[in-house]
Amino acid sequence: MTSTEPAVELSGLTKTFGAVTAVDGLSLRVEPGEVVAFLGPNGAGKTTTIDMLLGLARPDAGSVRILGGSPADAIACGRIAAVLQTGGLLKDLTVGETVRLTANLYRHSRPAEEVLERAGITDIADRVVGKCSGGQQQRLRFALALLPDPDLMVLDEPTTGMDVEGRREFWQALRRDARSGRTIIFATHYLDEADAYADRIVLVRQGRIVADGTTAEIKNLAAGRLVRATLPGADQAALAALPGVDAVEVRGDSVLVRTADSDMVARHLLTRTEARDVEITSRNLEDAFLALTTDQAGV
Amino acid sequence: MTTSLSATTDRVTPDRRPPALGGFSPAVLGIELRRVLRNRRTLAFTLIMPAAFFLIFGLPQRGQQLPNGYAVAAYIMVSLAVYAAMVATTSIGAAVATERALGWSRQLRLTPLRPIAYVATKVVTAMGLGLIAVCVEFVVGAASGVRLSADVWLLTGLGAWLGSLVFAAFGLFVGYLFPAENAMQFIGPILAVLAMFGGLFVPLEVLPEVLQHVARFTPVYGVGELARAPLTGDGVSLAALVNLVVWTVLFALGATRLFRRDTARV
Repeated sequence: MTSTEPAVELSGLTKTFGAVTAVDGLSLRVEPGEVVAFLGPNGAGKTTTIDMLLGLARPDAGSVRILGGSPADAIACGRIAAVLQTGGLLKDLTVGETVRLTANLYRHSRPAEEVLERAGITDIADRVVGKCSGGQQQRLRFALALLPDPDLMVLDEPTTGMDVEGRREFWQALRRDARSGRTIIFATHYLDEADAYADRIVLVRQGRIVADGTTAEIKNLAAGRLVRATLPGADQAALAALPGVDAVEVRGDSVLVRTADSDMVARHLLTRTEARDVEITSRNLEDAFLALTTDQAGV
Repeated sequence: MTTSLSATTDRVTPDRRPPALGGFSPAVLGIELRRVLRNRRTLAFTLIMPAAFFLIFGLPQRGQQLPNGYAVAAYIMVSLAVYAAMVATTSIGAAVATERALGWSRQLRLTPLRPIAYVATKVVTAMGLGLIAVCVEFVVGAASGVRLSADVWLLTGLGAWLGSLVFAAFGLFVGYLFPAENAMQFIGPILAVLAMFGGLFVPLEVLPEVLQHVARFTPVYGVGELARAPLTGDGVSLAALVNLVVWTVLFALGATRLFRRDTARV
């Protein structure tokens, strides 16, 4: 196993459910050691992609390579582990028993006490799973995922349903564990989680990747301002030619310009055209996210 | 500790081979069995209820004897041991339904555990509980004054226990058929009816003739005949053996088929 092999290589991944195309020709390469956020609204195809990545679902087209092999190989060897929303737990086992049972399914696993400690649930080891809160159960799933000491850890919306405190504790536990060598991919629809914990953000919408870059690069998508004005018959080409303009969209009598230099656009609109009702708004990461991940994309 | 160095050398490559026996291990069995023995509902239906049946229906017959001199109470005890074992093994097999409904089987698919090792664990756990169920019934019987020769104890016990393998397969079949958390609530009454037709609650001879004929084709008949044969001295009829084999094969095939469907990727 050479170190040059990508941790994950998805190519042309497609999955349809009836008339719905959940994942639409998605390709992605993740290098070892990357911490990647899979960011997108509900229904963007994140979970379906993760299911195919783990070999839980069969792609209609395209291929999945995990650490140079198939997902099944990676699971059989304990090289990949996952925290899934759908992964159930036995309510009548204790937390400690669940960990010990799972530990025995691997040829080699980290000691049960160690993963309980790292997931921050040592104090509830004797508690029956059915009496644990959602956040505690999620940390138990995380502890289970730590057992094989995997090269690749996949987490599907790991903090869904947790309160703010629970989310913070969960990410602290993950962060404590994050160390060189382990690749982490997590799906989330929380922008702040992607921003705070990922090196790289992959934005997904309708089963496709709409943006992929470092957190800073994705934030840059949101840099600049949006200039909106009422201008019947706007000359789209002339506006697009202005310095600093990224995009121009005409909607009926309105024109929307995304630009790094809003002063220049405003000056142009007010002095060279009949534009009125000029508005200038700044954009943040939230806007970029919405723009990239919703159908009614602004610009 | 130098931080940068330890960060990179921290990673000891673990043994990455798949587990031996597909993940089937005594440790997992131990946890499974402990879990089963903690379940009050399971204990009530597999250990306490059959024992209570014996005390209610078996003890009053204490004076009566079978044609060969053995006590009727012993006949009832062995029948109820078969019943206890079949409820025990069915409930463990059917627990697959609960684990599927809860999503635990999906969680297990993220581990190296081979599906066949999972089923093997269930079958062995089922047989473990079945053995305990037979033993409890026999202990209650012996304590109540049932006296048998050593070989009859052994042979009836083995018959009741090993015959319940049919129901481990039946439980798995049902468990893969209904992904319901409470599958056992549906199966309980069905088992009671089957036990009735298998002659476990009353001798088949007291049933109307038509029902006696029907009974020979129901799944408990073979096990019941097998388990009681050493006691009655009648020997095992060919019909009973065929019954036993056919139902075992049918349930095992059904369970295998559904199990394959379940583990196929979507």
